[in-house]
Amino acid sequence: METALDEQILHFGLGSEPQYLDPHLATSVAAHNILSALLEGLVSEDPKTLKPLPGVAKSWEVLDEGRTYIFHLRKNAHWSNGDKVTAHDFVYSFRRILNPNLGAQYASMLYPLKNAKEFHQSLKSLAIEDIGAKALDADTLVLTLENPVPYFLELLNHYSWFPVHQPTIEKFEAYEKMGSAWTKPNNFVGNGPFKLKKHHINSVIEVAKNKHYWDAERVRLRGIRFYPIEAVYTEERAYRSGFLHLTQSVSADRIDFLKEKYPDELHFEPYLGTYFYRFNLDMPPFNDARVRRAFSLSIDRKRLVEKVLKGGQAPASTFTPPGTGGFYPDPGFGHDPETAKSLLNSYLQEKGLEKLPPVELSYNTSEGHKKVAEALHGMWKDILGVEIRLLNMEWKVFLSTISNGDFTLARAGWIGDYVDPHTFLQMWRSGDGLNMTGWANKSYDQALHQAEISISKEERWKSFQTCEDLLAEETPILPLYFYVHLTLRHPTVKGWYPTLLDHHPYKYVYLAKEDHP
Amino acid sequence: MSKLIVSRFLQAIPTIWIIATLTFFMTRYAPGGPFDSERAIPEEIKVKLQSHFGLDQPLFHQYLLYFKNLLRGDLGPSFKYPDWEVSELIATAFPVSLTLGLFSLLIALLIGIPAGMLAALRQNSWLDYLPMSLSMAGICLPTFVLGPLLIYTLSTQLGIFPALGWHGPSDWVLPSLTLGLFYASYIARLTRAGMLETLQLDYVRTARAKGASSLRVLTKHAARGGLLPVVTFLGPAFAGLISGSFVIESIFFIPGLGKFFVTAAFNRDYTMVLGTVLFYATLIILLNLLVDLLQAWLDPKSREVR
Repeated sequence: METALDEQILHFGLGSEPQYLDPHLATSVAAHNILSALLEGLVSEDPKTLKPLPGVAKSWEVLDEGRTYIFHLRKNAHWSNGDKVTAHDFVYSFRRILNPNLGAQYASMLYPLKNAKEFHQSLKSLAIEDIGAKALDADTLVLTLENPVPYFLELLNHYSWFPVHQPTIEKFEAYEKMGSAWTKPNNFVGNGPFKLKKHHINSVIEVAKNKHYWDAERVRLRGIRFYPIEAVYTEERAYRSGFLHLTQSVSADRIDFLKEKYPDELHFEPYLGTYFYRFNLDMPPFNDARVRRAFSLSIDRKRLVEKVLKGGQAPASTFTPPGTGGFYPDPGFGHDPETAKSLLNSYLQEKGLEKLPPVELSYNTSEGHKKVAEALHGMWKDILGVEIRLLNMEWKVFLSTISNGDFTLARAGWIGDYVDPHTFLQMWRSGDGLNMTGWANKSYDQALHQAEISISKEERWKSFQTCEDLLAEETPILPLYFYVHLTLRHPTVKGWYPTLLDHHPYKYVYLAKEDHP
Repeated sequence: MSKLIVSRFLQAIPTIWIIATLTFFMTRYAPGGPFDSERAIPEEIKVKLQSHFGLDQPLFHQYLLYFKNLLRGDLGPSFKYPDWEVSELIATAFPVSLTLGLFSLLIALLIGIPAGMLAALRQNSWLDYLPMSLSMAGICLPTFVLGPLLIYTLSTQLGIFPALGWHGPSDWVLPSLTLGLFYASYIARLTRAGMLETLQLDYVRTARAKGASSLRVLTKHAARGGLLPVVTFLGPAFAGLISGSFVIESIFFIPGLGKFFVTAAFNRDYTMVLGTVLFYATLIILLNLLVDLLQAWLDPKSREVR
């Protein structure tokens, strides 16, 4: 690591091997960590606040109450082969990801663009030119939106909005094909601060500084080596033996040890994600809101977090993590054992039952999920007298069980894609593919729609609050806690700040002994 | 001898066909599929993905297509990492596993055989009890305990070898030792048993009676027969060693084949599961043939029977 300091090579624990290095097909945090080194979108982000800063676009205008954005691209933005980055590249890229034949999982990230959803889902017969992205000339890009989206510029920092190099895509015939060699080293042409140097699957992905990058002067790292070390204990060992500057995660049972040995290197950082359970509203007893609320009110989330998890997580009394995009929802999911008991009793009386039949709780096999499930089992047994049967399943079996609706109560988690309550609350729309609870509520859909078309912050927050209130009242889900990002980071890593999305623009990162700018 | 080889090859074809067929249908009937993820994919995209990978075809049709491609040596692209061909992934990971396997085997043989011979020669003395107790411990101690123990002592405390990674020969030592010691324990016990049996045979007694030294009796007369159980064990063991070990690979962060075996099944990476299983099956068949040839050379009796 001493030599790394002179070399300015960052050794990065990546966690897992990214499935794709194609920004339009990528779906993982690992892919984000690589792609944000290799590519740059219209805007870039502030390393501390993630607020949009000029990227490929040096400036922009917002017109028509936020329905139209005109981006002025900088003339000195280049691809890693020296070609100029143009407005046409962006139009080409947006059309590619929205092409239904590509089968891009994250195409919906571009739905704010006019006609994007209709085109992608072939809802109307539309030409590709109808999508709200037009290049006026090489340096001017006009994006037209369906509705004003207050977080639109932040959205542009998601990799699904990153450009690809048209000649490269065409050379490898990858326009509507998944699985192609264009993402291999030597083939990959990007426009980010780094270029792809080496990719050994399950071993290392190495990027080196890209001298064609417009802001190359600011980039201080000469390269980054990403190691996809999946086993957390191995990653910790790698860190402790000086093999890594930072880890992707830390095992919860190592916290006490690491706190003592590496107090300045162990970081608990807030992370935009919620751990929750889904009720199946098509299955008794959870087809009755009283039972669902009784289950929720019996949980002491504070105790769960402090006594069971002990990893710095925050108890969740809402679904949206407080502070998401500046939105602080009023707590709705509380702890009230007495009300819980009386709610359940009223249900039991009505059904003429003595006690609830045993309830099945499904989760994917993992020590962490088991711990939570057992703790909740204890609370429900104590307060409601309910027997819970814990059903652990292998990951893919679990996923197909849940999506087939073959569960009564199931574990889930959600990580936000952008810093706005919308990324959380949209999934509970009636019939949404992510809903999977069977909950459908017209007032919720209306409030969500209202939030989507509102321009003023107050109006949006009000609508989102209505959504949160409805979730608490109806309790189709059981928010438990908000994630934290637990990581080991070496003190020599500078220019690295905790951010909600765990984004760290690498052009500000460098290695140094002392804190100097 | 050549008859043996030809008949083995003829047996191998239906064997591999049956294995491939069973694997093909078993993976397809396992619940869940390669495109299930926590972020449920919209139905229309799932349809596109399935048609892209040919999963929308009738299962039997897919099966025929797979075999047609297989005959051309095409294992198809991985479902999990579609940018890579299965054969490409196996080709990059296998040399790593082969190196690790060969070194582990070397360690296993160099420790296991002398220890077993010594124990047999000095039966019921401390030279028997000590190596046999150690080997029992070695068999019982799982690699995920031994590995971190070796890392703690030889890397963290003494700093002799790197704790993990796969960059140069010094990285090979700890994983090879972890894996090798485990196999050495088995080999020691097999050697001891085989030697004890042979040492009681008439021809060995004759050799002794002629006044041959202990060492000469051991190496010249008894070893050939006494090592037969070890040789039988070595075929499948060697195939297992060089096709990678998931545990060793995750402890030491080694980009070997073992990881693909395990994660391909978890990921429902159909082509990768088939690719690795077929690769392993072929290895086993080849190595078993090799073992048979070796046995025929070591043991004249088995030559006559065949």
